Amino acid sequence: MTDPVLEARGLVKRYGHVTALDGADFALLPGEILAVIGDNGAGKSTLIKALSGALTPDEGRILLDGRPVHFHSPVDARRAGIETVYQDLAVAPALDVAANLFLGREVRRKGLLGGVFRLLDTKRMQAESSAHMRDLKIGIGSMSQPVETLSGGQRQGVAVARGAAFARHVVIMDEPTAALGVKESGMVVDLIRKVRERGLAVILISHDIPTVFDVADRVHIQRLGRRVAVVRPGDVDMAEAVAIMTGAAPGNDPGLA
Amino acid sequence: MPETTGAPTVERAGDERVPTLPSRLARFAALPTVGPLAALIIACLFFSVGTDRFLTGGNLSLVVQQVMEVGTLAIGQTVVILTAGIDLSNGAVMALGTIVMTRLAVGAGVPPLLAILIGVAVCAAFGAANGLLVTMARLPAFIVTLGTLNIAFALTHIYSKEQTVTGLPRVLTALGETFPFGNTDVTYGSVVMLAMFLAGWYVLRYTAAGRHVYAVGDNPEAARFTGISTRRLLITVYTVAGAVYGVAGLLLVGRTAVGDPQAGATDNLDSITAVVLGGISLFGGRGSIIGVLFGALIVGVIRNGLQLMGVASIYRVLITGILVILAVGVDQVARRRRA
Repeated sequence: MTDPVLEARGLVKRYGHVTALDGADFALLPGEILAVIGDNGAGKSTLIKALSGALTPDEGRILLDGRPVHFHSPVDARRAGIETVYQDLAVAPALDVAANLFLGREVRRKGLLGGVFRLLDTKRMQAESSAHMRDLKIGIGSMSQPVETLSGGQRQGVAVARGAAFARHVVIMDEPTAALGVKESGMVVDLIRKVRERGLAVILISHDIPTVFDVADRVHIQRLGRRVAVVRPGDVDMAEAVAIMTGAAPGNDPGLA
Repeated sequence: MPETTGAPTVERAGDERVPTLPSRLARFAALPTVGPLAALIIACLFFSVGTDRFLTGGNLSLVVQQVMEVGTLAIGQTVVILTAGIDLSNGAVMALGTIVMTRLAVGAGVPPLLAILIGVAVCAAFGAANGLLVTMARLPAFIVTLGTLNIAFALTHIYSKEQTVTGLPRVLTALGETFPFGNTDVTYGSVVMLAMFLAGWYVLRYTAAGRHVYAVGDNPEAARFTGISTRRLLITVYTVAGAVYGVAGLLLVGRTAVGDPQAGATDNLDSITAVVLGGISLFGGRGSIIGVLFGALIVGVIRNGLQLMGVASIYRVLITGILVILAVGVDQVARRRRA
């Protein structure tokens, strides 16, 4: 069996009297799409925030490529090669496509112009942006058009492309289709597969069970702050997964004992 | 990174790689500086027809000279407003800067250059205080700068003892001197203002820091998620704006050759007027600083032109008011169309 690229053991997070994570385990294998599903309050988003550096767990360990990591902010996680695509289309609408793709990671010109005058290498960023877009088959004509002129699906495409372009290990997608229509959701699902084809592991958080069963290699089911099961879409049908999620059926996690 | 060259192959109508004339025109018209530039040209045409004294080198040089300190204040105001903030304190801070530099140079015997530096530093410190209060105390910029407006105003009057400072050393008034350009005399201060607009344009448009200013005003959440320290950026913006107000103070001293504690009383609103006429959105993240130069010049041209035509100056105020409402109206309509 291959070793997980990202792993968590016994994560605990309490908010006052509420225990959001109650010893949760997690494992993401290289090059797979792992969906995380769970009812509201199951601790999905807390788990993802811990993995993406948005919060620090009270207990437990997170391992990246087998080495323990401690993220104090999303920036730490990004530096370690974990990119997160947020559900609320986290792009700057007035900036153009290339500027959004490279926001916070701008490329400067070489030599004196870049070093002393901090001149941006706009041409290179535009060329690289359009290469990424072509690679991911996102149909956006011009890298210099403002993001606000794009459709919702294209905007999400920009956000996903940003994650895929800079991630070295893992792309986390938090409800990437929640704000989109049916056709645009389909486009984003294709995009998720293309990110996997690039050799990146993907964590997909979604309420949309049919999409999850369509695209995921494995499904992590979260309930009451813990992982209760990991299933493969071929082995289990949606109704069974929902039953595990709601507690109507028992899980299969070895840690449950 | 693979494939760093080559244009995208996707082609569409209206794409920039296959520019048609109408799409080029549409693109040009959508540039944020086009509206202010058109308004400026129309105003110039109007006064050229209205009075033959308007379109002379000497008069145009005078217009630029008259707007130099409000124009410079508007540079700082622009950067603040691009982050979706506002700075009501800039005129008062500038006035404090002028009193500090003139009194130190005249009364306290401080070397003039050092006095100038201290004056600018005081303004930068006020800017830093604005930035810290906006970010750390999470107070609205409107209220914070209303407070520092009053503090700077009071300090100016306390420190100056209500006295105008005269008899300034030449170093302090040097920027008010002129040099011949063709057969027109141009004030050094005008050149300083234009150079600062160019510098601001370069930084905002061609550096990462400038992009981050736009991003923070446009969508602060997105900016934070991409790892931009919004707090540090805002403190820097307000501090740099403060230093720019100090330079505006030096230009004012150069033009008037005195340190006047009453100066700058309405300059905060005048600088906001220039910014709004220049097409900068008060909601942040949109517009070009070059438009603000046009905005400042529009106000200057109207004032100057009406004066030459013998119209009472109160009509300038009236016209400016109407233009401001028009400019904000245009911005609002554009916002609704985007939403």
